[in-house]
Amino acid sequence: MNSIGWVEAERSTPTAIDYRVYHEPDVFAAEQRNVFKGRTWCYLGLDAEVPNAGDFRATHVGETPVVLVRGREGQIHAWVNRCAHKGATVCRSLRGNQADGAFVCVYHQWAYDAEGKLVGVPFRRGMKGVGGYDKDFDPANHSLETLRVESYKGMVFGTFSLEMEPLEDFLGPVMRKYIDRVFHRPVKVLGYARQYMSGNWKLYSENSRDSYHGALLHLFYPTFGIYRQSQDSAGELAEQGFHNVFTVSKPKGDIDYTSFGDEANREMQGATKLQDESLLQFRPEIADDIGLHIQSLFPSVVLQQIQNTLATRQIVTHSVDKTELVWTYFGYADDDEETTRHRLRNLNLVGPSGLISMEDGEAVELCQQGTVGAEGKYNFIEMGGDDVRGYYAPMGMDENAVRGFWKGYLELMDDALAPSTAEVLA
Amino acid sequence: MSLVDPVLQGLVDSLNAAYGLCLDDGRLEEWPEFFVDDCLYQVIARENVDNGFPAAVMYCDSKGMLADRVVALRRANVFPEHFSRHLISRAVLTAVDAHVVTAEASYAVLQTRNDGETRIYNAGKYVDRFLVEDGAAMLMSRTCVYDTHRIATLLATPI
Repeated sequence: MNSIGWVEAERSTPTAIDYRVYHEPDVFAAEQRNVFKGRTWCYLGLDAEVPNAGDFRATHVGETPVVLVRGREGQIHAWVNRCAHKGATVCRSLRGNQADGAFVCVYHQWAYDAEGKLVGVPFRRGMKGVGGYDKDFDPANHSLETLRVESYKGMVFGTFSLEMEPLEDFLGPVMRKYIDRVFHRPVKVLGYARQYMSGNWKLYSENSRDSYHGALLHLFYPTFGIYRQSQDSAGELAEQGFHNVFTVSKPKGDIDYTSFGDEANREMQGATKLQDESLLQFRPEIADDIGLHIQSLFPSVVLQQIQNTLATRQIVTHSVDKTELVWTYFGYADDDEETTRHRLRNLNLVGPSGLISMEDGEAVELCQQGTVGAEGKYNFIEMGGDDVRGYYAPMGMDENAVRGFWKGYLELMDDALAPSTAEVLA
Repeated sequence: MSLVDPVLQGLVDSLNAAYGLCLDDGRLEEWPEFFVDDCLYQVIARENVDNGFPAAVMYCDSKGMLADRVVALRRANVFPEHFSRHLISRAVLTAVDAHVVTAEASYAVLQTRNDGETRIYNAGKYVDRFLVEDGAAMLMSRTCVYDTHRIATLLATPI
């Protein structure tokens, strides 16, 4: 990338971002260092996904393949899925249980324990006195690259950064309060869906924080006359700006979509009735009326409760224009069969086929396609102001949390987006 | 091995062929008519089925829900413009119990978007229960168990 490019990207602000950041491989590489392997905690999975000793689950931090493992003592470990010998993938399954606790690379059978420590090297002393490693070879110097792991209420996070503050401080009190809300009792996994989008990960990160698009892009509710102006909503940001939560409470009062229809450009239909309303049914099960809770935890996960659907959406950044969204659906451990069936019906609303959410995948791709060749041009994020506030009312149409994302992102990326002296002089 | 009743085999295969063409022709409003009223239609990842997880990306346990999906597709949902093409294997009838036939068939759904390239969009198998009455078969349940667990962009049109 030439130095002029860096200068342009450096001019980005939380209200105007150079489209270059969605397309430039150098920016993507810098994000892997500064964001995913930098001063952040990245979501790895749920405690409930690896309940027993030896249970493992393949996961990612940014583009880096990582394995989450429950050790014999019940501790959760995470290591990069890359053999210390030749870099081969060690664990080749998506999930499973390694009862003996040993993960063996198939290439030369180097064996690692659940913590990632090298515990076996075939023919270390050679064969019949020939070959083998030098006597100074110390397996302790050839373990898998490990991450620090901490969990909060069953959400497991890892970091490559040695200086990173504790997870609880990174999340902060506001985010923790909302995580507590969803994880108020033990959960069980209901399954997965994986969505592969031809778009940059930040387009999805903006999307999950953008409360402006909700009733404009996702027309399922208004089409069936379900939009209610009287819904209460609240949005809160963490101190860094890049985590946010927004909630909508169960409607109180009558359906009224007329004032919305006057403002929206696409026709409000409203006359259509659902033949089977059971998929919309909401049974409050947390001590409040919140029917929608979407919480984006920078850089790589969204936690949601929409009606009675519970899910994490993990963002995996495969390349500058390929992003995978891994949906992990869950319920509460004490759900009976009927409650589970109700959640399955509600799940029609969300995920890759979600009646109120599928459009997000399309929006990401449209923005990726539309910004090709637009380096040096900027987006416009001033709905609701140009500042970043801790509290806002998203139903009032506000991009506060999108600006918050960029504020936090730009702080982490600062040096990476700025030109080095050498590049400027070159 | 018992002999397959060629009449039942023909009813099931004919329904599958007509089902695929109905979706591929874009006659979505006719799609619920392949099902009985009290039906179950699911699209679920094979990784979930193999691990005993129930979560599906589509889960419709009434014919009304199928019709609602179609109305949503027509009026509300936004997705890449595309054609679908179903390739469905001959069914294997796994059991026959009075009027109920259980069967499985492999499928591949190819998708062609506006760029003109045809891609393998979703491959898997149908796990079905058919009600056979008066010389016609109807779907009591269809579970689309997909191998392609990395869904390209989103999954809007039924499988």
